[in-house]
Amino acid sequence: MRIGLFVTCLTDTLFPGTGKAVVTLLERLGHRVEFPMAQSCCGQMHFNTGYRAEAAPMVRGFAAAFDGYEAVVTPSASCAAMVREYHPVLAEGDPVLARDVAALTPRVHDLATFLTGVLGVTDVGAYFPHRVTYHPTCHSLRMMHVGDAPLRLLRAVRGLDLVDLPDAETCCGFGGTFAVKNPDVSAAMCSDKVAAIRQSRAEVVCAGDNSCLMHIGGALSRMRTGVRAMHLAEILASGDAA
Amino acid sequence: MPTYLGMPAFPDAAKHAVADSQLRRNLTHATTAIRTKRAKAVAELDDWEQLRQAAKAIKDHTLANLATYLVRLEENVTRAGGHVHWARDAAEANAIVADLVRQAGADKAVKVKSMATQETGLNEALEAQGTTVVETDLAELIVQLGDDRPSHILVPAIHRNRAEIGELFRRTMADAPPGLTDDPPQLAAAARTHLRHEFLTATVGISGANFAVADTGSLVVVESEGNGRMCLTLPDTLISVVGIEKLLPSWRDLEVFLALLPRSSTAERMNPYTTIWSGVAPGDGPQDFHLVLLDNGRTDTLADRTGRQALRCIRCSACLNVCPVYERAGGHAYGSPYPGPIGAILSPQLRGVDSPIDASLPFASSLCGACYDVCPVAINIPEVLVEQRARVVESHKHYPERIVFGAAGYVLRSPRRLAAAQRVASLGRLVAGRSGSIRRLPPPLSAWTDTRDAPAPPPESFRAWWARTRGADR
Repeated sequence: MRIGLFVTCLTDTLFPGTGKAVVTLLERLGHRVEFPMAQSCCGQMHFNTGYRAEAAPMVRGFAAAFDGYEAVVTPSASCAAMVREYHPVLAEGDPVLARDVAALTPRVHDLATFLTGVLGVTDVGAYFPHRVTYHPTCHSLRMMHVGDAPLRLLRAVRGLDLVDLPDAETCCGFGGTFAVKNPDVSAAMCSDKVAAIRQSRAEVVCAGDNSCLMHIGGALSRMRTGVRAMHLAEILASGDAA
Repeated sequence: MPTYLGMPAFPDAAKHAVADSQLRRNLTHATTAIRTKRAKAVAELDDWEQLRQAAKAIKDHTLANLATYLVRLEENVTRAGGHVHWARDAAEANAIVADLVRQAGADKAVKVKSMATQETGLNEALEAQGTTVVETDLAELIVQLGDDRPSHILVPAIHRNRAEIGELFRRTMADAPPGLTDDPPQLAAAARTHLRHEFLTATVGISGANFAVADTGSLVVVESEGNGRMCLTLPDTLISVVGIEKLLPSWRDLEVFLALLPRSSTAERMNPYTTIWSGVAPGDGPQDFHLVLLDNGRTDTLADRTGRQALRCIRCSACLNVCPVYERAGGHAYGSPYPGPIGAILSPQLRGVDSPIDASLPFASSLCGACYDVCPVAINIPEVLVEQRARVVESHKHYPERIVFGAAGYVLRSPRRLAAAQRVASLGRLVAGRSGSIRRLPPPLSAWTDTRDAPAPPPESFRAWWARTRGADR
C-alpha cells in the first residue's frame, strides 16, 4: 500500500522523533511510506481560533500534497479529525476543491485506527519494558472514535505494563489556543490530569496527539515528576535494539 | 441581584474562581456526583440515541415552522381563556409583566424558577416599581437571600455548600428557627416555613415554562420541589414568560421530552412534579392567566444556519455537569444566566459579541466535545463555538492577535516558509540549556511557560531529516 505520511506541522517542527517512529513502524510492517514535501499544516489552529480565511489555503495545500495516495496516515487524531470534519466545510463554495476534498478525506487516518482498522494489526512487534498509562485525547475519543484501538496495540507490546488512568476521558486542558487564551483554567485542568497520572504510578504517559502531550509533558517536567510523556507511535516503534 | 453589566472577559473572571479552593471543591463534588448518576439513568434506556434523534428532529421541525406554531399556540391559549402578549426584547417583556402586576393591585409576586425571567432581569425591573419578588425554588431563594447570582441552570446555588447556606439563613431569614444548624433537613424545614407564608399571601405568581404545546395551548413546568406548583395554582393571577423556542407542536412530541429531560438534568426517570395548564379553568387555580412570548434575540439566532441549533436547548444542564471548564471556572465567570457550554454559544448569539465577556465566551472551551456527547437534543456545541469564534474575529478588526495569526498563516501554508521558520526555531534549543526544555518565554507565550515547560526545538525538523536521509519523493 502506498502510504502518505502527514506528519503535522507541530510534530514536524518540535517532535521529529514521532515522525521517524511512524516511518520505522510502518516499514517494519512491510509498507512503503512517502513524505510528500509539499505538505505543511491542516489549518486547525487557525480554523479553531476563528481565522477561517487563513485556514482555507491550507485545505487547498493539503488536498494537493496528498492527491493520489491510497492512505494518508498521521500521528495526530486531532489533525485527522480536522481534515475529516472541517476540510469539507472550508471547501464549500469551490466545487473542484470540494470534490477533491470529498475524495481524499475518507482515506485520512490517525495512526492507531489505521493499524487496527485498515491494516488489521494489533501486535506490531514492539518491545517496551516500562509501566505505561494511556490518555485518550478528546479528539481521538470523540471525533475519530478510536475506541480501544490504542489500548489493544499497547497490550500487545512485549514487556509493557499497562496501567489504568483514573478519569482518563477528562480533557487535559490543552485545547489549542485555549491553553494560552485561558491559561488559568487550562493549568487547573492539567494539574488534575497530572494528579491522575501520578496516581496511576506509570513512568510513561502516552497518547495519540503530540499537542496534548506537549501540554501534559510540559507540566510533568515543570513539576519535576520524572514521568515521561511519549507519543504512542514511539512506543509501538520500539524494538529490542532500542 | 447584581446585574451582568460590565462583566470582565471570561479568562479574568475565571482566574478568581480557579484560585477559590472552597468553590473548586463544591463544584467538583456536585458535578461529579450528578454526572455519574446521569450516566447510569441514561444507560437504563436502550433507545436513548433514538429518543435523542427524535427530539432533535421535533425541535428542528418546530423551529423551521415557528411562525405557524406560534400563531396556533396563541389561538389555543386565547380560546382557553388566557391572554397572549408578544415581547420583542427583555425591556418589553419586563414592562408587560410590570403593568400586569400593577393592574392586579399586587405589591408582591411569588416566582417559579425561570430562566427566561433571569435572562430579562425581571426581578430588578419589578423591584424598581416597588413590587416585592420572592423566589420560591430553594436554590433560587438561597441565591436571592445572598444577593448573589445563580451559577448553574438547574442548581443555581451549586457553588454553595450547606455550611455556607446555614450561615446565610441565620443571617438573612427573619423567621429562621433559633439554633438552626447546617443539617440539610433542618435547612429545608426552615425554608419551607418561610415560603409557606409567602405562598398563602401572594396574589400574583410568575413563571416560565419548559414546554408550550401549540395544539392545545398548554404550558408545562417540570420541577422537583412542588414549590413551583404552589405558585402555579394558589395565586389569582399567573403570568408566564416563555421563550418562543419552547414550543412543541403536539402532546405526542411532549412525551419524547418528558423522557429525556429528567434523566439528563437530575438523573431521575421522572421528575416529582409536572404541572400542565391550558388557559383558565373556572373555579380552579388562577382565574387570570397571561402568557408573555419572548424573542430577545431568538429570531436573529434562528437566522444563523449553524448557530440556530442552540435553540433546541431544553435547559437540562447535562453539558454543564460534564464540562471540565465549567467545573473549574464555575458559573459566574460566564457572565450570564446561561453558564457552561450552552451559555458559551447562547449568550453571544442572544446578546451579540460586542462586550468583553460576550466576545470571550466562544473561546471559553477546550473543544473537548463532552458536552455534545451528553446533549439530549444533540446540539453540536463545539461546532457552534468555532463558528462563533469566527464571528468574534470578523467583528474585531483591531485585535492585535490578527497580526500574529496572519503571519502564522503566511508561514504555515507554505512548506518552504515552514522549513525556513523551522531552521530559525531550531536556534531556540540554544536557550533551553541542558534540560532540553524551555522554562520561560516572553509574552504572550509566557501564558504557556508560567505553568508548563516548553519543548526545546530539535536540531533538525522531521522534514529536514527526511530530505537529508531519503531525498524528496515529490
